[in-house]
Amino acid sequence: MAIESPTTSAYIQHHLQNLTFGQHPDGSWGIAHSAKAASEMGFWAIHLDTMAVSIALGVLFLWLFRMAAKKVSADTPSGLQNFVELMVEFVDGSVKETFHGKNKVIAPLALTIFVWVFLMNAMDLVPVDFLPVLANWVGVNLFGATDGHVYFKFVPTTDVNATLGMSLSVFALIIYYSIKVKGVSGFVGELTLQPFGKWMIPFNLLLEGVGLLAKPVSLALRLFGNLYAGELIFILIAVLPWGLQWALSVPWAIFHILIIVLQAFIFMMLTIVYLSMAHEEH
Amino acid sequence: MNLNLTLVGQAISFAIFVWFCMKYVWPPVIAALEERSKKIADGLEAANRASRDLELAQEQAAQTLRESKEHAAEIIEQANKRANQMIDEAKEQVIADGKRLREAAQVEIEQDVVRAKEALRAQVSVLAYAGAEKILGATIDEKAHSEIVEQLAKEL
Repeated sequence: MAIESPTTSAYIQHHLQNLTFGQHPDGSWGIAHSAKAASEMGFWAIHLDTMAVSIALGVLFLWLFRMAAKKVSADTPSGLQNFVELMVEFVDGSVKETFHGKNKVIAPLALTIFVWVFLMNAMDLVPVDFLPVLANWVGVNLFGATDGHVYFKFVPTTDVNATLGMSLSVFALIIYYSIKVKGVSGFVGELTLQPFGKWMIPFNLLLEGVGLLAKPVSLALRLFGNLYAGELIFILIAVLPWGLQWALSVPWAIFHILIIVLQAFIFMMLTIVYLSMAHEEH
Repeated sequence: MNLNLTLVGQAISFAIFVWFCMKYVWPPVIAALEERSKKIADGLEAANRASRDLELAQEQAAQTLRESKEHAAEIIEQANKRANQMIDEAKEQVIADGKRLREAAQVEIEQDVVRAKEALRAQVSVLAYAGAEKILGATIDEKAHSEIVEQLAKEL
């Protein structure tokens, strides 16, 4: 509770506000200094904190794995290569279990999703005030921002834009492969001619369309919801008297390790399942 | 829950990360994994083959040993046979030589005997004549008595 916040709800809201860059209603560009200012920016704004942390974590992931991949050899592996091989084998096994076609994209895609989402989720375990206080200090001292008006929500997966950005990319791949494998007519047929045959086309389209659209939405909201709730509980724990905090924070963090890995795994598995469904003829 | 450009930014960075992973991370690692599993499979196969080869080689060695033993026995047997044969041949040769020599000696002896008899016969007639001349004190007609003398000589 380092940031001087007058009330508990203000403290919580402060932690749930992204650092937003966009166009103010008066036409000038800049960083929003309040939640209201941020929401007034509308669609044409960007969350700097989400982007910075997620890109940093993505680069960390790729740098680490690329370093191992460059030195990889078929001889006895050691150190980093062991870890990277473990991850690659795990993902490769998951993909091969579910997806039986030939596709060069799915396995690396699944690996990227798993590790990246895991890293972004893992940011949840960083104590809730560390990075916001640091960001506040940097904002106040280096950029002349008003104290308490620098926002920094450092877990990218608690930002629905991040999860939806990924799930929509996956959705695009689902549609791309559906059309590539089955052709436009096959894909349209799949949406309209089942489950009730050609006399029920509008109803079929409604059912299948909802089913199709539910995929990216559920994918994104599941991850977002789990992590948002987890982060919220961390923030709520942080509001408690300091003597109680560790007693609740530690068990929740330990439990959260499970959620972090599980949600990353679920996102990856569902992506594989959706893409293999896109490859299958009905 | 503000939906904004972050979504697009995330999608773009996600695409770039996936592309990078697909291009530079996944292939070398998976290639190494495959190579290693191939190496292991090769190693196992080589071990199997080696043990099979060893078995085969042992069998072959035993076979060769057995064959060479048989061969050696055969050679020894042949040598023995040959030696016996040579001894037999030599014996026969010696016997034949001895026989021939003996026969030759026999023939020569017989010839010598015949020659000696002839010489004796010739001398007997002369001696007979001389003796008869001395006994009778007179010359006798050689022609008239030659028949008697020759008959005498033959009887010798």
